Amino acid sequence: MTMSRRQFVGSVAGAGITSLAAPHFLSAQPSEPIRIGLLAAKTGPLASGGIDMDLALTMFLRERENTLAGRKVELIVADTAGVPATARTKAQELVEKNNVHCIIGPLAAFEALAIADYLTEKEMPTLGVAAAEDMTQRHPSPWFVRLTSTSAQCAYPLADYAAKELKYKRIVTIADDFAYGHEMCAGFQRSFEDSGGKIIQKIFTPLATPDYGSYVAQVKAGDAIFLGTAGSNGFRFLRQFIEYGLKDKMAVIGGMTALDESVLRNMGDEALGILTTSWYSAELDNPLNKAFAPAFRKQFKYDPGYYAGSTYVSGEVLEVALKSIQANVEDKKALMAAIRGSNADTVRGVIKFDGSGNAIGNVYIRKVTKSDGRLVNSVIKTYPDVTQFWTYDKAAFLKNPVYSRDYPPAKNLEQ
Amino acid sequence: MQFWIIQGLNSLSLGGLLFLLSSGFSLIFGLMRLANLTHGAFFMLGTYFAATAMRTYDDLNIWVTALGAGIAVAAVGGLFERLVLTRLKANPLGQVLVTLGMSFIISDACLMFWGGDSIPVPTPPNLQSPTRVFGFVFPTYRLVLVGCAIATATLLYFLIERTRLGAMIRAGVDDRQMARAVGIPVSNLFTLVFCLGAGIAGAGGVLGGPILSAYPGLDADMLPLALIVVILGGIGSLLGAFIGSFIIGIIYTFGTALFPELAYIILFLPMIFVIAFRPQGLFGRVGT
Amino acid sequence: MKWIGAALLAGSLLLPPLFAGDFYINLASQILIAAIFALSLNLLVGFGGMTSLGHASYLGVGAYISALLTSRYGFGHGAAALLSIAGTTAMAAFFGVIALRASGLGFLMITLALSQVLWGLAYRMSNVTNGDNGVAGLTRPAPFGISLDSPISFYWFALIVATFALVMMAIFVSSAFGSSLKGVRDQPRRMAALGFNPWLIRWITFVYAGFWGGVAGLLYVYYHKYIHPTSLSTTSSAEALLGVIAGGSGTLGGPAVGAALVLLLKNYVSAYLERWNMLLGLVFLFIVLVMPTGIVPGVSRLTTRLRGGVR
Repeated sequence: MTMSRRQFVGSVAGAGITSLAAPHFLSAQPSEPIRIGLLAAKTGPLASGGIDMDLALTMFLRERENTLAGRKVELIVADTAGVPATARTKAQELVEKNNVHCIIGPLAAFEALAIADYLTEKEMPTLGVAAAEDMTQRHPSPWFVRLTSTSAQCAYPLADYAAKELKYKRIVTIADDFAYGHEMCAGFQRSFEDSGGKIIQKIFTPLATPDYGSYVAQVKAGDAIFLGTAGSNGFRFLRQFIEYGLKDKMAVIGGMTALDESVLRNMGDEALGILTTSWYSAELDNPLNKAFAPAFRKQFKYDPGYYAGSTYVSGEVLEVALKSIQANVEDKKALMAAIRGSNADTVRGVIKFDGSGNAIGNVYIRKVTKSDGRLVNSVIKTYPDVTQFWTYDKAAFLKNPVYSRDYPPAKNLEQ
Repeated sequence: MQFWIIQGLNSLSLGGLLFLLSSGFSLIFGLMRLANLTHGAFFMLGTYFAATAMRTYDDLNIWVTALGAGIAVAAVGGLFERLVLTRLKANPLGQVLVTLGMSFIISDACLMFWGGDSIPVPTPPNLQSPTRVFGFVFPTYRLVLVGCAIATATLLYFLIERTRLGAMIRAGVDDRQMARAVGIPVSNLFTLVFCLGAGIAGAGGVLGGPILSAYPGLDADMLPLALIVVILGGIGSLLGAFIGSFIIGIIYTFGTALFPELAYIILFLPMIFVIAFRPQGLFGRVGT
Repeated sequence: MKWIGAALLAGSLLLPPLFAGDFYINLASQILIAAIFALSLNLLVGFGGMTSLGHASYLGVGAYISALLTSRYGFGHGAAALLSIAGTTAMAAFFGVIALRASGLGFLMITLALSQVLWGLAYRMSNVTNGDNGVAGLTRPAPFGISLDSPISFYWFALIVATFALVMMAIFVSSAFGSSLKGVRDQPRRMAALGFNPWLIRWITFVYAGFWGGVAGLLYVYYHKYIHPTSLSTTSSAEALLGVIAGGSGTLGGPAVGAALVLLLKNYVSAYLERWNMLLGLVFLFIVLVMPTGIVPGVSRLTTRLRGGVR
């Protein structure tokens, strides 16, 4: 499937034997390629995102003829299957067998949390994609940066927009019943209620929900419904929501993955007009993205979204960092410092890292519109330099418990 | 009031969907004593088939698609039965291994051909606008689905109770040795029933498509539901599968609405009680 | 012949740490853990004729108890391990009473349902289990002051436990009780007529299998230093069951071979082959068609036939 795969099979088979015989003699020679490991769920329910992560990173490297900062690069893709235990074995494989110099990924919070301690222990520079709040809040690692956003980081601006510009007063939230959904809805609720709105109902649906009909029928009448969903579940909920004729009664707004380009490409005109928030959109009007998005679309016949964007941005940040240290990846501390200080201009705009390694960057409010016969997320407002703490005081923020199903408590629920 | 009516209709439509899913499983188990763990994958094949066919040909009718998918999946099932399952008649553990193995193959093939995205199956255009029921709006297609389930049940009933083939199947269900002794070609009958069961799953996958969409993991989501329905209703009993489907539809719909805390276990707790206190299921004639 | 086989086996277990890289040692440790788990499931499936699709319950609960006690309630590893195994065994005793009301497909479904309930609770009761985030930041024990943090030391630890488990389970099935278990599997009515209590024999086996499932769970959580609800999922149970059947249920070596096969396909071959799930399915089909009773019985039949041919 990927061209890098076939290349690395040969070299890894060789490296495997070498490491069998003499695991400790592999320390660096400058002529060696830089080895980048990508942890992506390419099978299982998360496969859609994982495949896009692979495609975009491979494309990024191919555009640079597999050379970054003058040094050859070898990409090793490991399939985590979306299972924490497998993610851990795969991380070990990348570190202990393939001797990678840095890791990009993985996608899901539970995969990232399963390997976080291990990667810190191994002092492995990691460019994360998963959104789990605490990985850059109460439990940051010196070896970890995140160049996407925390679960709630993009939800704050949308809540602000919904309260101040759309003048919504009462909103229902719905999300998958796992940490990503809890955290995103919690952040949305906090920001929205601080701006005077009310969250009147919070619905969390189990990950394996055969039929969303019974949940759709429970939705209370409010000004809007906020979708904190990701992947196929949110997509299926939204379709049922529309089938029940509810989209005509209340507005639909969504978090950073709810109407991702990977969802949008399978929707019809019923999605028109839905507002979502993200740190990226294939429609972003900056020179880098004007090159990237059309090239990606040309090659794969669909728009890049959250997942493709995440690894492409990782590549861009890494390239800037490598240039500043003359590609000397063997000095891991220098590499990590270079990544943190990269301030790279990327397809999502310029991103900086805060003290705990989380991206500070633009967040875009997007509206589903039609362009050239396909649905796109066109940007209608930019919130510049949004941090993971939004407008809140960092110290006070960190003193609170991490966002969860029950925190902060929802005080305005209607019975 | 609105709550009870809407959720009641939801229960019915979910029940209809579950019957389309589980009747084939029940049929196969009844005759062959084979727990076909590929069933979820057959269902998913039907859904993907519909997603591609109906998006490629805009005015393709969902009923025609269901028929086509049914025939295609029946063919796959028939091949599988002839080439593999016939060799494993008295080897239940081997059957578990190959039927699960086959479902791995099918789901990975689906991932290979269709990628990881969720692909919707379009609702038939003439059924897209919601219907008004007692002054409340409800998706028309869901009501039609209940009709589909009833029609399927009626057809199966006539097939089994009123035709020669059905008589042979009934004889096979009651006593396989005796059926063989009186000259019923049991082996061919097995293949035929397996094709039929797989075909219903494939067609059910098409009809469930507008509600479920095609996505990786659909097979694993559906298989336990089929098992639950069949265990609850009574193994090998078509009537049991029919009533079991609607009972599960009601339990699930009202359970998740009234006790959201229990959403994860709402389907499994009742099953534990049923198996523990009535192992043959509600309508089962034979113990497991 | 038997001795040569044993020597080869011992050699292959003792040699890896001497020359292999960390990754391979860790893989070997995981195989040992999966083998203990498969062996315990095999007591039910192979020797007891009870096909369980919920055995991950014991692995998962064993792991969760230890993880929560050590990380949250400040227990030492020794006490946590004892409580975890005791808790898991007690759960098996309780679940056994419920599950053994059914047999055949009913048994399979009731074990599946019980494990699904646990899975659901692990997800939903996030204030206790930390839900989908899993329990992280765990440590490995240091028995007799020996740290298990290095891959090699953990491998030796796992090897010792696995050997002990194998011996204990071998004694169990070859004892008089084991014979009566096989009798109950094949001829329940006759055994009852002979004055045995089939229910009790099955129940004791169920509890014993749960006990070793809990031991596997302890090793599992020590190894991964993380636990997540997926460890309780039907997929985990099914993987173990498939390993047992593929390797050869009702034999002592078979489940270990099958577990190793599944683990290697999933964790090793998947690096070279994108369609590893399909390969896994094809391997299962192949095994059943060529060796209907599993790899170990199939291979041993093959070698006997070959030797017979030479003579």
